[in-house]
Amino acid sequence: MSTAAVGTPPVTLDTLNPKVLKCEYAVRGEIVTHAQNLQQELQKNPDSLPFDEILYCNIGNPQSLGQQPVTYFREVLSLCDHPALLDKSETHALYSSDAIERAWQILEKIPGRATGAYSHSQGIKGLRDEIAAGIAARDGFHASGDNIFLTDGASPAVHMMMQLLIRSEKDGILCPIPQYPLYSASIALHGGSLVPYFLDEETGWGLEVDELKKQLEEARSKGITVRALVVINPGNPTGQVLAEENQKKIVEFCKNEGLVLLADEVYQENIYVEDKQFHSFKKIARTLGYTDDDLPLVSFQSVSKGYYGECGKRGGYMEVTGFSPEVREQIYKVASVNLCSNVSGQILASLVMNPPKAGDESFESYMEERDGILSSLARRAKALEEAFNSLEGITCNKAEGAMYLFPRLHLTQKAIGAAQAAGTAPDAYYAKRLLEATGIVVVPGSGFGQVPGTWHIRCTILPQEDKIPAIISRFKEFHEKFMDEFRD
Amino acid sequence: MARKPLDYEELNENVKKVQYAVRGELYLRASELQKEGKKIIFTNVGNPHALGQKPLTFPRLVVALCQAPFLLDDPNVGLIFPADAIARAKHYLAMAPGGLGAYSDSRGIPGVRKEVADFIQKRDGYPSDPELIYLTDGASKGVMQILNTIIRNERDGILVPVPQYPLYSAAISLFGGALVPYYLEEEANWGLDFVNIRQSVAEARSKGITVRAMVIINPGNPTGQCLSEATIKELLQFCYHENLVLLADEVYQQNIYQDERPFISARKVLFDMGQPLSREVQLVSFHTVSKGYWGECGQRGGYFEMTNLPPKTVDEIYKVASIALSPNVPGQIFMGLMVNPPKPGDISYLKFAAESKSILESLRKRAHMMTDGFNSCRNVVCNFTEGAMYSFPQIRLPPRAIEAAKRAGKAPDVFYCLKLLEATGISTVPGSGFGQKEGVFHLRTTILPAEEDFPAIMSSFKNFNDSFMQQYEGYSRM
Repeated sequence: MSTAAVGTPPVTLDTLNPKVLKCEYAVRGEIVTHAQNLQQELQKNPDSLPFDEILYCNIGNPQSLGQQPVTYFREVLSLCDHPALLDKSETHALYSSDAIERAWQILEKIPGRATGAYSHSQGIKGLRDEIAAGIAARDGFHASGDNIFLTDGASPAVHMMMQLLIRSEKDGILCPIPQYPLYSASIALHGGSLVPYFLDEETGWGLEVDELKKQLEEARSKGITVRALVVINPGNPTGQVLAEENQKKIVEFCKNEGLVLLADEVYQENIYVEDKQFHSFKKIARTLGYTDDDLPLVSFQSVSKGYYGECGKRGGYMEVTGFSPEVREQIYKVASVNLCSNVSGQILASLVMNPPKAGDESFESYMEERDGILSSLARRAKALEEAFNSLEGITCNKAEGAMYLFPRLHLTQKAIGAAQAAGTAPDAYYAKRLLEATGIVVVPGSGFGQVPGTWHIRCTILPQEDKIPAIISRFKEFHEKFMDEFRD
Repeated sequence: MARKPLDYEELNENVKKVQYAVRGELYLRASELQKEGKKIIFTNVGNPHALGQKPLTFPRLVVALCQAPFLLDDPNVGLIFPADAIARAKHYLAMAPGGLGAYSDSRGIPGVRKEVADFIQKRDGYPSDPELIYLTDGASKGVMQILNTIIRNERDGILVPVPQYPLYSAAISLFGGALVPYYLEEEANWGLDFVNIRQSVAEARSKGITVRAMVIINPGNPTGQCLSEATIKELLQFCYHENLVLLADEVYQQNIYQDERPFISARKVLFDMGQPLSREVQLVSFHTVSKGYWGECGQRGGYFEMTNLPPKTVDEIYKVASIALSPNVPGQIFMGLMVNPPKPGDISYLKFAAESKSILESLRKRAHMMTDGFNSCRNVVCNFTEGAMYSFPQIRLPPRAIEAAKRAGKAPDVFYCLKLLEATGISTVPGSGFGQKEGVFHLRTTILPAEEDFPAIMSSFKNFNDSFMQQYEGYSRM
């Protein structure tokens, strides 16, 4: 009965899921692979390259570049990792007493203090309630632990929503351009259509509702059912923090057009400008008078960013409001197939949303660490932005928030020609040359999307402050040479 | 009124089709009852620590230190952390620049993957390449990634054992593929029947389905059978001739309760068979920290190892892994510790060995107690749990019980399990959640409740079952 052709193994490139083949993720793409190869070369032959080290400015991974974790958080997590420690008197000699207290409280919420057990598929109830209380304290509006789904980072939560929403390539999701390429990749993986809306570089990456309307109508005219709007606030890679009025218009737009609002708010604690504040979309919606029944809204948060930067822990959640019980059941069902997210990450999410308060023993040192990191990030954002803007042929919007700068490269025809000859996009060509000359790794703007004919790179603000001057001078040196080489 | 995108009717159909009974109807009902104050014994999921199994001490010490590396500078650290735990924490921290809080390589920390490769080499006697080992947030994520890579459309079929762990059916549904069932032979100790397998494949092909892969769970879940070397050989030959990639779910490889058929990995058998099979058959093997005697379900640590996949395919799998950035780092460290545990001579070795031995011996005992307990019940027949963590007794429901179930609008085994739950607080998963032959009913329970609770649990079950049978069958024939 077998008609199989022996010698043609089943899992080759031409027999893979085409959606897998289609998706792209530049943050860890080609340029990073190249950097890793160069790094290996450096290890073998320290003098073989014009630089001493590779500086990974491609990924929002603060602790890999020397940022220290928040001590109190790590104390609590450590105790929860080994609850038997709490039964030893010697533990008081090693851990602060409020961390011990907090660990007790957290373990009380976990049946049997068993941090190694699968939890409820939405996450441990007591921790979800704590997170909800944190959300309520932040926004001034009620939040329920039943609406929280704790996930291994915010990314799996995004995937879950795409899975739910996308039925075929006729389902479209409105995404900002430039965007964090998780969205484009996820949409491709789930077989949907990305409907781009362009942020306006001239106005500090402004998000205009007119642009949303225009793109929505165009998509609809092509037979696409637009299902949701993704807004990243603060923006990635663009760093803009939306103004309240702007957010209100966005909420109204979603309401009027019947779209689910997917609010990526993972950078909510990374704000570097005095005149802007983070307002959650939930708060904005409730301020406008929309209740749980009026507006489907999914808000994503993560432990990877902010001042805590705990990327490797894979902690995060989505707060899901405005859905029918039947739909909630479906979300729960999908979550249950993976059983649960990692428990340590769940605990960390609750710490992030309910950190030490005034009066706690660790409060002062916690605040010192927190403010130290945030103020340093603000200084680095400014220093790098000014440096980029000081260079011929580069303009750079301010990083109001998040962790990135997205300078625009005004490349000459000659440079563009050289890129074409090399068979790469101009920004990828620039990024490769930058890497090879300086060891600095950035991500080409094409990885995020940009207005056609414009070129950018995304560079993080995360190298430690004492490295920034050297980075700036190396970059400057490279760029000036590059400009001279390719003068028209 | 215009339909809203997240109205139930507007959802992705593939999502709606998904079933995952392990946390389905019975579990939800049990949780409700628990909220009302009823004592529930959750035997629905392989979750050892939730039923009182203690975590192994050494790994917890190591991870607690990695979590708070500033402790290493504290002069008092030796008061509660033994020297080998301290050394091991330093070992992993050195492998993870940036510590636990940095995204690692998307495939996992290279040093840990090397430890996994060393473990595999030691276990099987064949070299293993760390570049072909990817760490994942639990084995389930790895399974999903691989299935997503294989399934292109509804005409791609995946051979799945029935009964199976419903991750497979759920994932196939989610990715829009076709499940091609092959039935395990209950009378032959849940053995594989190649005649039946060939039949299933032929039938699928006649319907226009391209069968792409075969899932094997060894030891089995829910069935617990341990495959013999001969059977695995036959399987590999079959995959070779039928052009299938073998997906070997080996997460229970440390849970073996008989000595006739120790665990042997699919990869070892493949390499033992030599060429051409050893070069040609595509194989992906899965493992986890959630089972064995570790039971660290909540850490979400797992890996898959790829054998004979073309480099370009591996690149695509890497690409998709990179979108998720990296698996959680503490879970990776647990994996490293599991494959590279304390050795004789290490300070913590004796305690570690004693803890491990105690858990495994107790599991073996409980496997026997549960099998024997079920077999002593009226109309219940139960194969021995040779491995894994479950018991899957067959419940021979009398016709009147089946009718009562129909009237209640429930599948017969769901009906039985709900009644069992309400009467005894024992929360199981009906066999229909795993698949079974038409008209044959089972339930899955775990062997995980504490040893000292076993007599009470088994007698509670027996009382319920025998009364149930009495009720629906009348007096037993003498």
